[in-house]
Amino acid sequence: MATRRDFIRISALGAGGTAVAWPLVRNFAKELVDPERFIFEGMRRTPTYCEICFWKCAGWVYKNDKGDLWKIIGNDEDLHCNGRFCPRGTGGVGMYNDEDRLKTPLIRTQDRGKQVFREATWDEAFTYIADKLKKISREHGPECTALFTHGSGGKYFSTLLKAFGSPHIAAPSYAQCRGPREVAFQNTFGEGVESPERTDIRDTKCLVLIGSHIGENMHNGQVQEMSVAIDKGAIIITVDPRYSTAASKSKYWLPIKPATDLALLLAWIHVILEEELYDKAYVEKYTMGLDLLQAHVKGMTPEWAYGITTIPPEVIRQMAREMGHASPAVIVHPGRHVTWYGDDTQRLRAVAILNALLGSWGRRGGFFKPETASVPEVPHPAFPTPKRTWRTEFPDLYRLSDSVLANGVCDATIPDPSRGCNFKAWIVNGTNLIETLPNQDNTIKAIEALDLLVVIDTMPMEITGYADVVLPECTYIERYDEIRVSPHRKPQIALRMPALKPKYNTKPAYWMARELAKKMGLEAFFPYEKIEDLLDWQLKQLGTSLEEMQRIGVKTFERTADDLYFAPDEEVEFGTNSGKIELYATAFEQEGFDPLPKYTAHEEPPAGYYRLNYGRAPMHTFSRTSNNPNLTDLMDENSVWVNPKVAQEWGLTNDQYIHLRNQDGKRSEFPIKVRITERIRWDSVYMVHGFGHDQKRLKRCYGKGASDTNLITKVLVDPLMGGTGMRGNFVTFITESEEVKS
Amino acid sequence: MAVDTRKCVGCSDCVVACQTENSVPIGFCRDWVVEVTDGTYPTLELELRSERCNHCDNSPCVRCCPTGASHYDKGGIVVVTHNKCIGCGACIASCPYDARYAHPDGYVDKCTFCLHRVEKGLLPSCVATCPTKCMYFGDLNDPKSPVSIMLKNRKYKTLIPEAGTKPQLYFLI
Ligand code: SF4
Ligand code: SF4
Ligand code: SF4
Repeated sequence: MATRRDFIRISALGAGGTAVAWPLVRNFAKELVDPERFIFEGMRRTPTYCEICFWKCAGWVYKNDKGDLWKIIGNDEDLHCNGRFCPRGTGGVGMYNDEDRLKTPLIRTQDRGKQVFREATWDEAFTYIADKLKKISREHGPECTALFTHGSGGKYFSTLLKAFGSPHIAAPSYAQCRGPREVAFQNTFGEGVESPERTDIRDTKCLVLIGSHIGENMHNGQVQEMSVAIDKGAIIITVDPRYSTAASKSKYWLPIKPATDLALLLAWIHVILEEELYDKAYVEKYTMGLDLLQAHVKGMTPEWAYGITTIPPEVIRQMAREMGHASPAVIVHPGRHVTWYGDDTQRLRAVAILNALLGSWGRRGGFFKPETASVPEVPHPAFPTPKRTWRTEFPDLYRLSDSVLANGVCDATIPDPSRGCNFKAWIVNGTNLIETLPNQDNTIKAIEALDLLVVIDTMPMEITGYADVVLPECTYIERYDEIRVSPHRKPQIALRMPALKPKYNTKPAYWMARELAKKMGLEAFFPYEKIEDLLDWQLKQLGTSLEEMQRIGVKTFERTADDLYFAPDEEVEFGTNSGKIELYATAFEQEGFDPLPKYTAHEEPPAGYYRLNYGRAPMHTFSRTSNNPNLTDLMDENSVWVNPKVAQEWGLTNDQYIHLRNQDGKRSEFPIKVRITERIRWDSVYMVHGFGHDQKRLKRCYGKGASDTNLITKVLVDPLMGGTGMRGNFVTFITESEEVKS
Repeated sequence: MAVDTRKCVGCSDCVVACQTENSVPIGFCRDWVVEVTDGTYPTLELELRSERCNHCDNSPCVRCCPTGASHYDKGGIVVVTHNKCIGCGACIASCPYDARYAHPDGYVDKCTFCLHRVEKGLLPSCVATCPTKCMYFGDLNDPKSPVSIMLKNRKYKTLIPEAGTKPQLYFLI
């Protein structure tokens, strides 16, 4: 297929659009000076909530006496961070200071037969987008437009899309990350785990981490509470083929053979039932399906699991007893990024069943009942009813998914004559789809078939290079956003307001969405002049005001009804088919899936290949931070972890740069440094996700390290909900001498 | 100051918090994180710890400073007076912990235990920011200070004690 759309490096652009209005910034700072807000020796602070990851910690942005950005620290009242940001949040200043930011709107054009970006005014950019969208709507229907979004600004573009007539709002955080967990828990307890997770780690007596790397993932509240649990002497059990940071903090580390976790979980269920370690009263009162479960796991003994997982039977039994003794103050942690092998919903079902047997759901030290504040929506006309959805195109697939699948939209964009609707336009807000969706070739094929691709971001990313229109957003430090509400121990709201005027010609998402709406005749859906008016109206309904929130940043409300945990003998109606906790998932049965999880063996690496595992470093959030000056200062490339025995076999030395090649012959675009370490098993390698950027405009991180996404060409799709399992890829090493040979 | 190695996850938040609080230029740092792995798979141990100037009671840097820029300040904190420092680098060479760096503006810089904050009753920035709350700060002469209590109740070590510098940064193990 001829490439209609070239990847453009924004570096081809001149230095235009970079005029910074520094005097303006200073004036602005002066205007806002309010003696009451001088807290720390004349330092002014404004509230924000962090946008470096989804945890959304609330904090304060401080400026120095010159009015320049100084530091960002946590708000003590905030339940997400308790006054302490993680390194990425503290380094958020780098997002503002990054000189590689997008600076002005860009439109793709032809110049002497070559595709280039030209700088555009906001009005030109919006006219271009509105005209294209109207044309697509006329010719194909508005439903052929999709929004991919990650982050706060998405809310406003969602409103725009719904007003336009499309239901296709996809968050890659679902099918590429935590979807299987939510589906598994919803179909067991009638509710998901949600974000921030409702895990009561601070009061737990036993925390079981299976594929969860707390401490390397800096999900702030979880990291903090794990530290509290360590202080209180909780038993931590970590199951991981890699000696993770969490493993090093644990009483027990189970170095499991990769891809066999489900066998271990089933053996634990077996022991807990056989030795009657479960919470009998709880199980009897709240659950259904115990006898079916008992029959199901009969043969799944620790001896059976030993052969699969390499974990000795006595260790499996001992761990089950530790959990049983701690019950109900025990958490078998559901993890977050759980799309591994395509049977992930079933693996998470086993996790949910274990928690149900141990009686930890709704109990202190297990899972608490969160509450969320509700912010009223400003009244607007009803959204038009879409005539079709992606489900119309894939009627029998992923029936248990309750969200629009990012990869599903991507697949439905690649033209196929058998389908009635192919997507024609994508609006991509704050997510670098090229690195987020597995199978890059597939993503690029879809993009090439689009009539319109709009990218909204603060930084030039790989996806930006494929855009028709690039809209530069200002950073969270420079804008208002929707009020933060999230489920937690108490309902709480947080405000984000600009500490500084937007640098360059950048704008907030809410402004862009509203201006676009105006061009498209949809302004009735944005019935406010300024965002301040909307926020003030909403806050007043909640008994506060914009003025008060600007001073306090965070407001906590009392819980409306009940306690954090089930009361003894409380009657509870669960949101499942049976109204009980379903050990046996009736909804799965109805849809033709296994109502009880079964272990299936996954493919193993061929000789000379190693399973590619990937994860997080505490100082980075994927692509979002990889060019941040403060954070690249801490870590500016990833390395591939190799066991010493493997290194010896291949003649690898520490810090040597090599290429990797996967089972499909795909070679890493850039070389990656070897890290020889005992912390990794001999049958797998490990690297941190989010490096190996191919966008030259990201000056600090271009070509540094390798991209795991690049090597994930094989995707193991979860038949229940469409999650994209990414841990079924194997790599081998290409050393220099081999390079010469080939 | 005491750092609990059982809780530190090596996230380096302490490093960024120090850089922003004290305007340490990018590319330099007053504190840093060390990772030590011991053993062979699967019998392993891992220690993570946040290091900085040890504010030694017997500081070679103070002794060798020709201008008196490096000196003991309130509470025995070792401080460099920037405008007295001629940037000769003798102290950088003398420090067994490599805790000092040459600031691009021509003087030598290092951890001050955030004296400017401590004087106001605030904790040092790294201590106040650390998400795992693994650092304890206070007066070692006061038996009720958090750091004294930790040292009384827990096993600890100091770094390179054989250098005889009497370091005042303790690691709980
Ligand atoms: S966890 Fe860190 S990056 Fe995420 S919102 Fe909180 S401070 Fe920001
Ligand atoms: S911030 Fe705390 S947990 Fe993170 S590296 Fe520093 S001392 Fe360790
Ligand atoms: S005490 Fe202050 S100067 Fe010293 S390392 Fe911590 S933040 Fe930096």
